[in-house]
Amino acid sequence: MADGTIGLWTVPLAVFGGAIRVSTPFLFVSLGECITERSGRINLGLEGTLVMGAMSAYGISYLSGSPWLGVLAAGITGALLGALHAGICSLPRVNDVAVGIALMLFGTGLAFYLGKPLIEPTAPRLPAIDFGWWSDVSQVRSALRINVLFLIGVALAPILYWAFRTTRWGLLIRTAGESSDAARAMGHSVFAIRLRATMVGGFLAGIGGSFLSLFYPGSWNEGLSSGQGITAVALVIFARWDPMLCLWASLAFGGAAALGPALQSVGVTSGYHLFNAAPYILTLAIMIITCSPKRTLTGAPAELSITR
Amino acid sequence: MTSEVADSVEVAEIAPAADPGFLQRYGGTIEYILIPGAALAAALGVFGVFVALFGKNPLDLYFYMYQGAFGSWFSWQNTLTRTAPLILTALCTALPAQLGMVIIGGEGALLIGALSATGAALLMQSAPPFVVQLAMVCAGMIGGGLWIMLAGGLRQYRGVNETISSLLLVYIALAVLNHLVEGVMRDPASLNKPSTREIGAANMIGSIPGTDVHWGLVFGLVAAVASYILIYHTVFGFAARVAGGNVRAARIVGLNVGKLILTICFLAGAFAGLAGMVEVAAVQGRTNANLAAGYGFTGILVAFLARQNPLAIIPVAILLGGISASGGLLQRRLGLPDASVLVLQGIIFVAVLASDALYGRIGFLKGKS
Repeated sequence: MADGTIGLWTVPLAVFGGAIRVSTPFLFVSLGECITERSGRINLGLEGTLVMGAMSAYGISYLSGSPWLGVLAAGITGALLGALHAGICSLPRVNDVAVGIALMLFGTGLAFYLGKPLIEPTAPRLPAIDFGWWSDVSQVRSALRINVLFLIGVALAPILYWAFRTTRWGLLIRTAGESSDAARAMGHSVFAIRLRATMVGGFLAGIGGSFLSLFYPGSWNEGLSSGQGITAVALVIFARWDPMLCLWASLAFGGAAALGPALQSVGVTSGYHLFNAAPYILTLAIMIITCSPKRTLTGAPAELSITR
Repeated sequence: MTSEVADSVEVAEIAPAADPGFLQRYGGTIEYILIPGAALAAALGVFGVFVALFGKNPLDLYFYMYQGAFGSWFSWQNTLTRTAPLILTALCTALPAQLGMVIIGGEGALLIGALSATGAALLMQSAPPFVVQLAMVCAGMIGGGLWIMLAGGLRQYRGVNETISSLLLVYIALAVLNHLVEGVMRDPASLNKPSTREIGAANMIGSIPGTDVHWGLVFGLVAAVASYILIYHTVFGFAARVAGGNVRAARIVGLNVGKLILTICFLAGAFAGLAGMVEVAAVQGRTNANLAAGYGFTGILVAFLARQNPLAIIPVAILLGGISASGGLLQRRLGLPDASVLVLQGIIFVAVLASDALYGRIGFLKGKS
């Protein structure tokens, strides 16, 4: 074992490492979307936010030399896109699903436009914490090289869970999501609540994007995100708008997404593309199993257009 | 002035059969043209400011966009070639919209349609070209149709949101295409760009005589007109619109909503699949990853800009086809990246949706019935 060969154990280990690495964007986008949807708005545009976040993080990291400044820039970009979404959706007779689709196209287009000069240069990446120092096996060490953003995301899930239940802020968001009339009757502006919830959601999704370009895969190109954003939005639905379930679902997705590359690394190359599509197939399968035409989903915010 | 308006309202109330006046009769139509038109102009203005920030002259931009889209016969042909798949993929969003469904998976149906059509052509190499082409049309339409019908069926029988499922199906379709193109359907001679074998020059559908525009445009026009007749002039279309307006009412009057959803979704996917078949049989000649060129996503924009009206899709598709045709010229003359077309499309989409708030609020059109 000392020479670092662990045979077939490579696959589960790579899936485990992948679950940690690949799940981070899923985790951030789904937590962000969870906040937005709890306030009664759905933002399908987080796919565009993710790509914009990835591009701006890479650009700022390259220009400033500080990857953390890049993460911040990605968050701010996401929050701005969130504000745009919330602003347009607050106009009368405007459909939030359609605006989300529009912002998905706009975000990816803008990111490709502004990101053209960033394909060549190499930006400083985010550092990783080495939890595998005790092992001699290279695969174990690489699987346990964990990014701080992942840890922040993992910590964020229980914090959000707690905040939704007990804080004034969490209650306000949930009130706006369950009944905008009730929130209005209490003297609160539903627009202001949803604006903030969508901006925070965009902020987190942008950070999820920064992980893509600054840690894993760790470069900027136009094929960086292929549907992670929209998968994460779907993930919120079967996580029943519960931040803790978002965490477990993201980990499961990360593992599924890592299956293709893991099998390829041990020489199983047939069906590579099908294994890469595993997260989408898994999402669809879970949605088929958990949805029902007879009843609305338990835990769904009543104001959400997508479940009404 | 006030009394005049009051009078006219009174007259309309007393004698509804009397000539209601120009604005009252055409106000709605004017609104449907004026508001998206204004949104489009505003989007072009915003895009002009955007490129000005990068030191380009917006007037040059508009000039080259016009040149590249409609400035010459060559540009027109380029535009119309791109119009065909846009009409067909826009129908993939517009038809389910009549039922109140938001389907955004036209790109997936296009890919599956292309794959099925290519498969049919490769299996029938010895048949006469006309038979092969017919088989390609059928295979493409059935493949794409079943793909979107899956999303419709999941919505109807499992309550799965069709917007998300249809988009997930795009990524699954792309994976299936890559899997087959790099696997069993791969042409061993295609080294750098894995592709299927060519369908053969004889089986290509060719150009409309006197032009370089392929016959796919005619397919698109026929599909749009047929869809318009189906939706607005048949009992089936009426039933679909009733179900789209109020599902409960539709059930009470005895409409089979499940059947309506499955039929409309099949038709929608079939048109997108036909777009894939056209791209294979008129442009690419084979299936490879080049087919995922984003026609399916631009089609969503076309459908929304046309307010889901199959006839309005035709001019809007020409306009958007023109914008994408001008991309090359913008790249060469102004040095703009190819993604600038995507940015403009995104701005247009956002502007058009935001303009939904304006309906019924334009002062001089208030008199409309």
